[in-house]
Amino acid sequence: MTRYVAGRIAQALVVLWAAYTLTFAILYLLPSDPMQLQLAAAGVQEDSLTPDQVAAMKAEFGLDQSIWTQYWHHLGGALHGDFGISLTQRVPVTEMIGERIGPTLVLSASAAIVALVAGSALAYLATFVRWSLLRILFSRLPAVGASFPQFFVALFLIQFFSFQLGWFPATGSEGASSLVMPVITISVLASSVLAQVLIKSFDETLRQPYITTARAKGLSRSAVHLRHAFRNAALPAMTILGVIVGVTVTSSIVVETVFTREGVGRLAQEAVLSQDVPVVLAVVTIAASVFVLVNLIVDLIYPLLDPRISHTRGKVRAPAPAPALEGGTL
Amino acid sequence: MTTTEVAERIEVDAPVPEQEAGGRSANLTANLIQLVRKPGFLLAALYVVFVLVSAFWPRLFTSRDPYGTDPKSAMLSPSIDHLFGTDVYGRDLWSRVLYGSPLTIKATLIALGIALVAGLTLGVVSGFFAGVTDAILMRVVDVLLAIPGLLLALAIVTALGYGTIPVAVAVGVGIVPGFARTTRAEVLRVRTLPYVEAARAGGASWGRVLVRHILPNSWGPVAVLAVLDAGVAIIAIASLSFLGFGAAPPAAEWGTLIADGRNYLVTSWWLSLMPGLFVALLVLSLNHISKTLQELSR
Repeated sequence: MTRYVAGRIAQALVVLWAAYTLTFAILYLLPSDPMQLQLAAAGVQEDSLTPDQVAAMKAEFGLDQSIWTQYWHHLGGALHGDFGISLTQRVPVTEMIGERIGPTLVLSASAAIVALVAGSALAYLATFVRWSLLRILFSRLPAVGASFPQFFVALFLIQFFSFQLGWFPATGSEGASSLVMPVITISVLASSVLAQVLIKSFDETLRQPYITTARAKGLSRSAVHLRHAFRNAALPAMTILGVIVGVTVTSSIVVETVFTREGVGRLAQEAVLSQDVPVVLAVVTIAASVFVLVNLIVDLIYPLLDPRISHTRGKVRAPAPAPALEGGTL
Repeated sequence: MTTTEVAERIEVDAPVPEQEAGGRSANLTANLIQLVRKPGFLLAALYVVFVLVSAFWPRLFTSRDPYGTDPKSAMLSPSIDHLFGTDVYGRDLWSRVLYGSPLTIKATLIALGIALVAGLTLGVVSGFFAGVTDAILMRVVDVLLAIPGLLLALAIVTALGYGTIPVAVAVGVGIVPGFARTTRAEVLRVRTLPYVEAARAGGASWGRVLVRHILPNSWGPVAVLAVLDAGVAIIAIASLSFLGFGAAPPAAEWGTLIADGRNYLVTSWWLSLMPGLFVALLVLSLNHISKTLQELSR
């Protein structure tokens, strides 16, 4: 068991390091020169600066060193939580992110919780209801929810609930009421993703012999559904918890931009617009860390929840991968 | 007669390919009949065809110039005359959406092309050679999967710059891992089937087995995924151009149109919501088609 845990943690670290390196390579090795990008974004022609000025600027951001020196420098910094200096704001990236991460965490966490509840409820209803019309409606709903672009959902909510009804503020990040519509926007997609997997898992579970046994013993349909089916169906769906968190984290980019909220998502959008390479690298790294960490936790607690999977004897049996989630979201 | 010649003779003598082809086309007709009977599928397919046709021949569906301004008819709400209303310059939004289609469709096709080529190659090589190659390639896929797709796309857009092509490339790379995994799983499944063994025993080379037997029999789930991912790509491309990384104005991708309309949301909801609905219906149709095909193949 200890060996499994240690191995799994090591694997997560390696994946994270590789993800960092890949992002670094994309940002620093592709034909674009960060300095030129930044100058172009600021509207400055490189020709208008004297070579000395260019050299001085490059030295300021460490861009005059070889790519390897820069890589080791950045990697070492990132390990200590230092992501360098923003090319546009000229303040430490870590500071910028630290100021903005609070609202994003609140938003993502609330959206993830709402999505878990809503997605589970939807899957429960879609498999429990007997009236075929409702059943079809419920089971088709997730596909509809996953089809609407998030900015469309957001704009629709703004138009309806802010401008027509005046219930919630259309923009800003002040107070709990400003959180309602962003959370709904994110959880529409996240709960759809979850419900699709859960419904499949339910269908699978309800065909198992122990369900028939429970019914034959005289348990009511609802008792069987809740106590026997739900708990067993929810297990495999747990493996997509990482995906759900991933969805809520990436959604913050579009959602914070639409609702003009302060947060890391909008910071990312602004950083790409101003081609602020260190900021982009930092945001991608943090998002990947969250994603890898959630997946690691799920993998580690899965055997505790499902005693059929044991890591103590012989070969490790990984949890069954979530079905049909190779596509569906980006 | 050398052994290879014998093997070839056996292969040629075997009547399998022809029968297989006949069986397949008969199967296809049966499937088609089954599909046409599903009203939801038919509607979805018709809508997708409509969007494609209107992208290539927008004149069939609109007579208005997408760039022609007319201050007198600015900000009109949707009507028979202007299906999607008009924008602040009096441009007809419906024709702007239709004329914007080729850009988004082109980007989607590029993204899917990248995903298919890279994903299929990774998946086939991984599933076919197995062992160390498989282990290494799948770790690479794991790494790609560890970076949430949209963020990977953002990094690529930062490096490549803005425009339709960079956005398409960024989205395409984001879809690659899914394709690679699905293809690999299928190839792994098919390569152990008896007919592959039979073909090998008959003397066919691995290359021939791969092209003639494994690929044709494993592309089904990949095709279903491709349809689904077309929808994913459309959303991602629209999102990226909505965020401001798409083609420069006055060219109007769907996402850019929706983003532009955002500023007038208070008074003119149609500027954002009508193009948004147009996109959402397309993605929904693609999802439905993919789902129906998946159910059918079971």
